[in-house]
Amino acid sequence: MNPSTLLLQARRFRPGFWTSMFLLLMVPFLGVTVLRFSRGLGSVTHLSDAFPWGLWIGFDLICGVGLAAGAFTLTAIVHLFNIKRFEPILRPTVLTGFLGYAFVILALMYDLGQPWRIWHAIIYWNPHSVMFEVAWCVMLYTTVLALEFSPVVFEWLGWHAPIKAIHALYTPLVILGVVLSTLHQSSLGSLYLIVPTKLHPLWYSPLLPLHFFTSAIGAGIGMVILESYLSGRAFRRHLEMDLLEPLARGMVVALGIYGLLRLEGIHRNGAFHSILAFGYEGRMFLLEFVLGVILPVALMAVPRLRQSKDWLVGSAFLAVLGFVVNRLNVSITGLERAAGGHYIPSAGEVVISLGLVALGMAVFALCVRFFSIFPEEARASSPGV
Amino acid sequence: MTVGLLFDTTRCIGCGACASACKEQNHLPGPVEAVNTAYTWTTVHERGGAYVRTLCMHCLVPTCVSVCPVGALRKTPEGPVVYDSAKCIGCRYCIQACPFDVPKYQWDRPVPVVGKCILCSERVKAGRPTACAEACPVEATVFGRREDLLWEARNRIRKEPAKYVNHVYGLQETGGTSVLMVSGVPFERLGLQTSLPSEPPAMQTWQVLSKIPDFVGVWAVFLYGIHWITARRETVARVEQAGRNARHPGGRA
Repeated sequence: MNPSTLLLQARRFRPGFWTSMFLLLMVPFLGVTVLRFSRGLGSVTHLSDAFPWGLWIGFDLICGVGLAAGAFTLTAIVHLFNIKRFEPILRPTVLTGFLGYAFVILALMYDLGQPWRIWHAIIYWNPHSVMFEVAWCVMLYTTVLALEFSPVVFEWLGWHAPIKAIHALYTPLVILGVVLSTLHQSSLGSLYLIVPTKLHPLWYSPLLPLHFFTSAIGAGIGMVILESYLSGRAFRRHLEMDLLEPLARGMVVALGIYGLLRLEGIHRNGAFHSILAFGYEGRMFLLEFVLGVILPVALMAVPRLRQSKDWLVGSAFLAVLGFVVNRLNVSITGLERAAGGHYIPSAGEVVISLGLVALGMAVFALCVRFFSIFPEEARASSPGV
Repeated sequence: MTVGLLFDTTRCIGCGACASACKEQNHLPGPVEAVNTAYTWTTVHERGGAYVRTLCMHCLVPTCVSVCPVGALRKTPEGPVVYDSAKCIGCRYCIQACPFDVPKYQWDRPVPVVGKCILCSERVKAGRPTACAEACPVEATVFGRREDLLWEARNRIRKEPAKYVNHVYGLQETGGTSVLMVSGVPFERLGLQTSLPSEPPAMQTWQVLSKIPDFVGVWAVFLYGIHWITARRETVARVEQAGRNARHPGGRA
């Protein structure tokens, strides 16, 4: 599809089930948005001085960035390790990464007390702050992702000069993206290095940055598999099993290393008794660890299951789910004891998070409709990104 | 030469004059609340049979200062940890990170800022004591140079060892604080954090952050090296293939 047929398409708009659900969700979403900015954070959230960070940081920001990790992993595989057969799923993955980061920035617009000052991070520096590192990583890596994806847009517009320029710069760009992602994924773990007395010993470790980095690679790969499956269903394409099976092997290795690191950290903190005691924290730990590490590693270590579409997609889903539970455990569960209370997100917080996810999916669907994102079309029009 | 406060629970009568004086001095709206908020920077509570104040400890190496991405929090040379609301973006990392749970947020405002005790930094700069110390009728809170206060605290414990717990709270906690406390009741029973490390938490992150420049260089070169090797292999394979094709025209190698 090109710009001239855009108008024609728009006129033929007939909302289906998912589009209707999306539009229905946008009503409370806009309502909460208005309240949030007119009456302050307290009016729509369950945030408090005891829980200054809630769902918008724990899920939107920390999970959003983590699940965008597929993009840097796959660009490194294709462009640095030169394993070209993964090229067909590179475009949707980079697009997911970019939309993931855009989602994170939008969520920050809701979560920051004074989001109109977000640019302050550019002019007021504090290199001692992990948040400062996070801010720069978000800014720079979003730019890198936009540039990595830009040839697809230029192709659609029919501009050839900028495509050539990006191609010439592609290797340094990919290296910059991998370096920034390494810093960013790990820095989200470093955020919690500062609370050794508050974060429960099941999660606190001086190696938190490494935990976050390795688990993001594992779950990022899980996300690539899951997203290939979902877009396959939505856009009636076959699943690239020959590509996803080796990716699942990579996921086993990443999650296996991560699992060992976690167990080592818990051993070092002498916190195994918290699991055996089967209290609140112990149960939440088992939930994330069984779902996100033990099951996906055990299942995907079996070649026969790896080659079955259902088991593959199911295991990827478990890895992603376990990852989300882990991030919520670090950002919320593990801090509840120190805060002396429980935090349950408000309806307003849930509506905004759901609305932002839905927006991201809607934009992804629009991109697929307009640009050549998926293999068949990509091969037909031009030789990949 | 840093200044600070010495608070003595054995002297405090729980009148709350410090909290009222703080409100007035810092133009904070509303009455004194039950707990510290963005609008109530200090409160007095009865715990373990004694009265104890809750206020910013003004750490010597403040965690809040280290975590603020835009440098809105700053430790002044005189001792107070002050806050510049004009820089703050509202990320609330200071609230999350503070080992004493001191900074509070204006959750009810559309344009919110952080609220915390600033040790009356303007008064202190002008050589005057803090409003709370001046208002205290029984000298439970006294203002002075930190080292004088430390000497005074030790002196009180030495003179009446039966009356005091043998510990000056704030001497070691998180690397030391400008606000010191002595008590007749064990500090954990006052609801104070007693398991704090003597190393400032900021050091935990600095150990990681300080390695970033080296890491970026090494990692980028390593990644380029991998690319160089794999790209070179591809080129060699292509040339060899072309060579084979030239020797056996039309045939497959």
